[in-house]
Amino acid sequence: MPLRKFEYEEIGEGRLVINLGPQHPSTHGVLRLIAELDGERVKKVLPIIGYLHRGFEKIAEYRNYPMIVPLTDRLDYLSAMSNNMVYCQAIEELMSIKISERAEYIRVIVLELQRIASHLASVGFFGNDVGITFTAMMYTFRERELIINLFETLSGARLTYNYIRIGGLREDLPPGFENNALRSIDIIEKKVDEYEEFFSENEIFLRRTQGIGVLKLKDAINLGATGPVLRGSGLKSDVRVTDPYTIYDRFDWDIITEKKGDCFARYNIWINEIRQSISIVRQALKGLPKGEINVKIPRVIKPESGEVYSKIESPRGELAMNVISDGTLKPYRLKIRSPAFCNLSLLPTIAEEGLIADLIATLGSIDPVFGEVDR
Amino acid sequence: MSEILSSLTKKFPDSITSTKVQRKTRLWVTVKFDVLIDVCKYLKNEQDFNHLSSVVGVDYKDKFEVVYHLWSYSKKIQLSLKVPLEKKNPKVKTVTKIWRSANWHERETAELFGIIFEEHPYPKHLLLADDFEGYPLRKDFKLVEKPWYDKNDASEKQKTD
Repeated sequence: MPLRKFEYEEIGEGRLVINLGPQHPSTHGVLRLIAELDGERVKKVLPIIGYLHRGFEKIAEYRNYPMIVPLTDRLDYLSAMSNNMVYCQAIEELMSIKISERAEYIRVIVLELQRIASHLASVGFFGNDVGITFTAMMYTFRERELIINLFETLSGARLTYNYIRIGGLREDLPPGFENNALRSIDIIEKKVDEYEEFFSENEIFLRRTQGIGVLKLKDAINLGATGPVLRGSGLKSDVRVTDPYTIYDRFDWDIITEKKGDCFARYNIWINEIRQSISIVRQALKGLPKGEINVKIPRVIKPESGEVYSKIESPRGELAMNVISDGTLKPYRLKIRSPAFCNLSLLPTIAEEGLIADLIATLGSIDPVFGEVDR
Repeated sequence: MSEILSSLTKKFPDSITSTKVQRKTRLWVTVKFDVLIDVCKYLKNEQDFNHLSSVVGVDYKDKFEVVYHLWSYSKKIQLSLKVPLEKKNPKVKTVTKIWRSANWHERETAELFGIIFEEHPYPKHLLLADDFEGYPLRKDFKLVEKPWYDKNDASEKQKTD
């Protein structure tokens, strides 16, 4: 564990400095928070990260291009498909590879299923944070299991799929996948209504989320918020629409926005985005063409020198990769712009002047994943 | 898209060293480091590039480079500002006063590359331990594979043989 000294220059009169984490059940991973309190009010928060830093960007400089795909699984372990996707998309853009129609459709299907799974987990964890202890997680993880099982039939793995590859996919859908997927999202759609009733009409949940951790739109943009955090503050922005990739422009769906920018707004975005993703999966399964899943790519992947900045909308926001190639077998530089990292950096702004218990709720509504924050 | 580039070169004729249009939504601009703050202010206030997506450091053979990836929510265009810095003593002014999101990005770049962001509000390590020495993402920092067992310990060696 890295040594972290913390020097507090001056503590105001009647103030108390407390330490949370790095091993704490409500910090979603190895996050350490140092909070200065005045009574129960938080006056100052300092997040300390880096406990899960594995040097991904350095390791990537020592690996061949195809060998990096399984590494990307370990970034945001709740949505490994998105990480595979952004990396493969960057390399495909660098090498000008156009992938097959069937592969595009399957990519959209798995990415949206992944979004549903990730949002379900987020809702469950968030419920855990604000006082619907354990019950919320039991329910949402039951439905998340359906999608994890689907992915297990696809790739053999439950969390680290390594399924999207440069030039296409690892293998075609297994027999019966379409029907299983349809059946699963039918179940999830019904259950999401149930959860909305269960959460949004729960007095405890409402009191602990409404008007808590308010992020104003101006601050959200200036602080680099993306994804549900930004849309919760009212900007209609989604990389799937504003900077379209794969074939999202062929489907009919809406960007969900909320106005208030509090924890409840961010939770509402999750719930409603699950519904939109279900609609996209249905449309994609309906239009799924037959054909090859892989295009011919060179046996040795060796992009010409150049650089790309490729981005997608992961469940947590704008996930981007900047790959610089110098014409050799290994990338010269690979940088990940992780949405959870940027969203976490605005925690002090919205948690200060709130109560200490609301600090946990606010953190839960930002939903950082530390594989991605620390890289 | 080309209007942005032409207005930028008109405003800063001596400082923009090259521009490139990669595709419809990707622009690359190289700018000298001494006018960075003015260019950033111009881009944010006049051209509405209000989202700083990320700050990337790169270690080339003859120079360092800091790349600021900017996005405009209204124009839906990405502009990447490349700022070359000298290899010895790389220094650049912080942009945290323009985009507050730069704070953590700059701290990360500073500790991994040894690039100094002048006037940064909190210039401390972010991901690395406080007592970590060296700059891991520089090219002269080599990754060395260390055996996980003690070479002198015979019993451990037998297991792996």
